[in-house]
Amino acid sequence: MAATDKPPVTGTGSTALDGLLTWVDQRFPLISSWKAHLAEYYAPKNFNFWYYFGGLAMLVLAIQIVTGIFLTMNYKPDSNLAFASVEYIMREVPGGWIIRYMHSTGASAFFVCVYLHMFRALLYGSYRRPRELIWIFGVLVYLLLMGEAFFGYLLPWGQMSYWGAQVIINLFSAIPLIGPDLSLWIRGDYVISDATLNRFFALHVIALPLALLGLVMAHLLALHEVGSNNPDGIEIKEKKDARGVPLDGIPFHPYYTVKDILGVVVFLIVFVVIVFFAPEMGGYFLEYNNFVPADPLQTPAHIAPVWYFTPYYSILRAVPPLFNSQFPGVVAMGVSVMVLFVLPWLDRGAVKSIRYRGAHFKVALTAFVIVFLVLGYLGTEPITVWGQFGSWLGNADRATVVSRICTLVYFAFFVLMPWYTKVDKTKPEPDRVTH
Amino acid sequence: MKKLIAALRLTRANIVLSSAVLIGSPAVMASEGGVRMDTAPINQTDVASLQSGARTFANYCLNCHSASLMRWNRLMELGLSESQIKDNLMFGSDKVGDLMSVSMSRKEAKQAFGAAPPDLSVTARARGADWLYSYLRGFYRDPARPTGWNNAVYENVGMPNPLWQLQGERVRVEQAAKGGDGADSAHGAAHKSFKYEMVKPGSLTPVQFDETVRDLVNFLVYLAEPAATSRRQIGTLVLLFLLALWPLVYLLKREYWKDVH
Repeated sequence: MAATDKPPVTGTGSTALDGLLTWVDQRFPLISSWKAHLAEYYAPKNFNFWYYFGGLAMLVLAIQIVTGIFLTMNYKPDSNLAFASVEYIMREVPGGWIIRYMHSTGASAFFVCVYLHMFRALLYGSYRRPRELIWIFGVLVYLLLMGEAFFGYLLPWGQMSYWGAQVIINLFSAIPLIGPDLSLWIRGDYVISDATLNRFFALHVIALPLALLGLVMAHLLALHEVGSNNPDGIEIKEKKDARGVPLDGIPFHPYYTVKDILGVVVFLIVFVVIVFFAPEMGGYFLEYNNFVPADPLQTPAHIAPVWYFTPYYSILRAVPPLFNSQFPGVVAMGVSVMVLFVLPWLDRGAVKSIRYRGAHFKVALTAFVIVFLVLGYLGTEPITVWGQFGSWLGNADRATVVSRICTLVYFAFFVLMPWYTKVDKTKPEPDRVTH
Repeated sequence: MKKLIAALRLTRANIVLSSAVLIGSPAVMASEGGVRMDTAPINQTDVASLQSGARTFANYCLNCHSASLMRWNRLMELGLSESQIKDNLMFGSDKVGDLMSVSMSRKEAKQAFGAAPPDLSVTARARGADWLYSYLRGFYRDPARPTGWNNAVYENVGMPNPLWQLQGERVRVEQAAKGGDGADSAHGAAHKSFKYEMVKPGSLTPVQFDETVRDLVNFLVYLAEPAATSRRQIGTLVLLFLLALWPLVYLLKREYWKDVH
């Protein structure tokens, strides 16, 4: 019998508890799962600061799900009641404001963690063979997260909720032929309305969270199949001891569980400061105009998406219209995200980690980070923010010219990657992990 | 002595305010009218100021504006008893557990002002305290407007000056830009320079009026997020807990990692 082949349960607990464990384990792969994913999952011992953010993103996901459940208990997905029901949560539901601020701050915290987690992958080549699928699942998680954030942002039914959704859904109508029908199909009405709010609510609380959880699971299973990368970008599985344990590997539990708790406490300190002392985060996490109820008859003077979408919004605005159609901008925005999927095949570098890359890659990555931040900033501002150039440049808006240059650099980072990673003068990788 | 206390109160208010600015208060918008905003010297912990603001709000704002997300008896947080709220602030036959609604219908209001007066429950979060403080002190007489009133912060606003009996009636006198060379005045063309002239004084002195508006704005900020003060108090405790937890967690990690080289 296979069940009796399992090793005896060790531990200092009572025999009754041991008995229960054995009973469960004979019917469910409890101990083998525990070992495969925690106690005998060997992670490289040289994880640094950048390796906290995957776990933290999972923590934020848990926060979002739990706070979301409590919010739905009092939120009303009805265009006449939605705005007031959010304020009802803020005022009348005991502890409601904590739940709501945790959820609104959590949305931004999720993107902070995911962006830093993705940057870590760029730094150390974590998307490279054999981890292409981990990366692809991760990009899918990122895409779903954007959808989740977009749908959720309509729910408070403030001016920015309404007009932000209006702008984004109108982008679809720029697609030739099917565009107008497609945007009508998404809205469920000719304008953003109660029908739109109801379907966005359904997608936000059921459809996307379910898909998100499944993809996070796939992301983790793929990771545990091939093993974690590390800041040196070398495979620890190539050097094993007699028992088949990687020489530079340590069991995830307890080493990285206790280390991650440290990261969690530091993260929570920052999180708590925002939730309790600056929940609006200067208008970046909760936009001021969203405290005005949605008014379909009054367009706000300045419509800006929330900060985590602004780099792409900038790219959309930077691309000039063609034949009076915004379509080229929409395509550029779409491609700017989708290009992430092919990243593993664009990188031809001899090494994975930035520690052993040459100047080409370092310059390219630095430029990429700078233009991403500049595009992000410009997306929060009107295009007139930096004034205009003189007449010798046709009085063009400075911000538009800068965002066009940044957009070119953004795409150059990917398009030129096969070239600059190949010609890069790399350093030799070490045999074993260093620090 | 009273002066000293008042001065101290003002200093405290300034400290609270400067920290609020650090955290990030709503952007001071120059879009409407291009007027510089005055900093509202408010203090959310000043209960007397909040009570005075509540009184002004009930007397001068609630006739046309509602605050329909706020319950009357929540004002007990400001140290008022139920009977005080009922006797001094509520004029209708509402119950003390009712919301701060308004008797004027939206249709009537639209006829009277051209636009229905907005609900004021969360206005302070949308506009910011400085905007409200400047706006409520920015009214002047303008015969060209249907109501006879205009506003420096919100040009051609539909709302007449609700506090005119307190403030008095002022007119706006345009001034030539002072001390500007050619380039400067061309640059500052959008920057209007003007002063007010009192035509008919109100029941309050200008200093008293500013204090009244300060209290009103203080109350509007409270109204927009009644939980804000307890939010900061609870937050301090949570933060202290996490700061105390950190060294323990750090020692735990160090203990476990001793054998990793």
